[in-house]
Amino acid sequence: MLIKALLILATLGLLLLLLNKRGAARTRAWKRLILVALVAIAILSILYPGLTTRAANAVGVGRGTDLLLYALTAVFLYVVVGFYLKFRDVERQLTILARRYAVDEALQRAAESRPSPPPSSD
Amino acid sequence: MNRSDVCVVIPVFNEEAVIGDVVRSVREVYPVVVCVDDGSADRSSDEIEAAGGVLVKHPVNLGQGAALRTGLEFAMQFSTADYFVTFDADGQHDVADVAQMLDLLDGGDIDVVFGSRFLDKRSQISAGKRLVLTLAIKYTRLSTGLALTDTHNGLRTFNRKGAEALDLQMNGMAHASELLGIIAQREFAYAEVPVHIRYTTYSRSKGQPLINGVNILFDLLLK
Repeated sequence: MLIKALLILATLGLLLLLLNKRGAARTRAWKRLILVALVAIAILSILYPGLTTRAANAVGVGRGTDLLLYALTAVFLYVVVGFYLKFRDVERQLTILARRYAVDEALQRAAESRPSPPPSSD
Repeated sequence: MNRSDVCVVIPVFNEEAVIGDVVRSVREVYPVVVCVDDGSADRSSDEIEAAGGVLVKHPVNLGQGAALRTGLEFAMQFSTADYFVTFDADGQHDVADVAQMLDLLDGGDIDVVFGSRFLDKRSQISAGKRLVLTLAIKYTRLSTGLALTDTHNGLRTFNRKGAEALDLQMNGMAHASELLGIIAQREFAYAEVPVHIRYTTYSRSKGQPLINGVNILFDLLLK
């Protein structure tokens, strides 16, 4: 059945997303294109409720609701992984920021408490 | 003996009960002790300063790996030390073990010296801990090729070159494996020295649960 192949591909795509090391601009562009496509699909399926069932039958799923559930599951997983990656990046940025603050503050405190060095010119 | 060419770095998180004594005992031999308070909620910072440690304070809790990196980065700017020692805050290391490690660095051929609790019989290691550590050692040998007998020992010494290279990205406990990866990749010369780990009721209660090994594996895989 076509749906099995599609769902397996979608799941494998998750791994790819996790291991993807390329720039964020490209992924962001894709995300936006997918979002636009989703909006279009949503509007179409509202206007023509029978559409989801026909799409479901085309890929070997009995009911449109079932197809929707599968699609929702796939999208949910992508969202989770996407948030995980974003969260990890933010954590790295926070680390750099906090470290810079901690080091600078400690250096400043050390400079204040140290007796000022004797003047070098005599 | 009083070595000021050595800077000891201790990551600290909620260790008010013991950190004062640990800092004092280290300072008897190595006066420059940098403690990174990793956002403790207790009085750790006060204890560190009262004991004469140099305090570096993370504004939020980031994890032991992040604290180590911060400590080393600060230490390299703050002091002109030739050697940097990482030391655990919970009192399980023995300061006396550091001298032998520094002797090896003094020779000039070695960049990093690791402490190992498995090289002699002094440390009383529980069966569960031994099992997890053995797995970690096997994993390290497979993934990095380093032939070490103890891969997750907080007592390590570096020369400046070694310390500078440790750009740790893993904030949590996976930093120990990450650190070894860097050593292997940069082909630093390393050695191991037997050290004594004192498992006290306190250190056991502060130690990470063995199940945390699962977290470490995931962190490393998803790097």
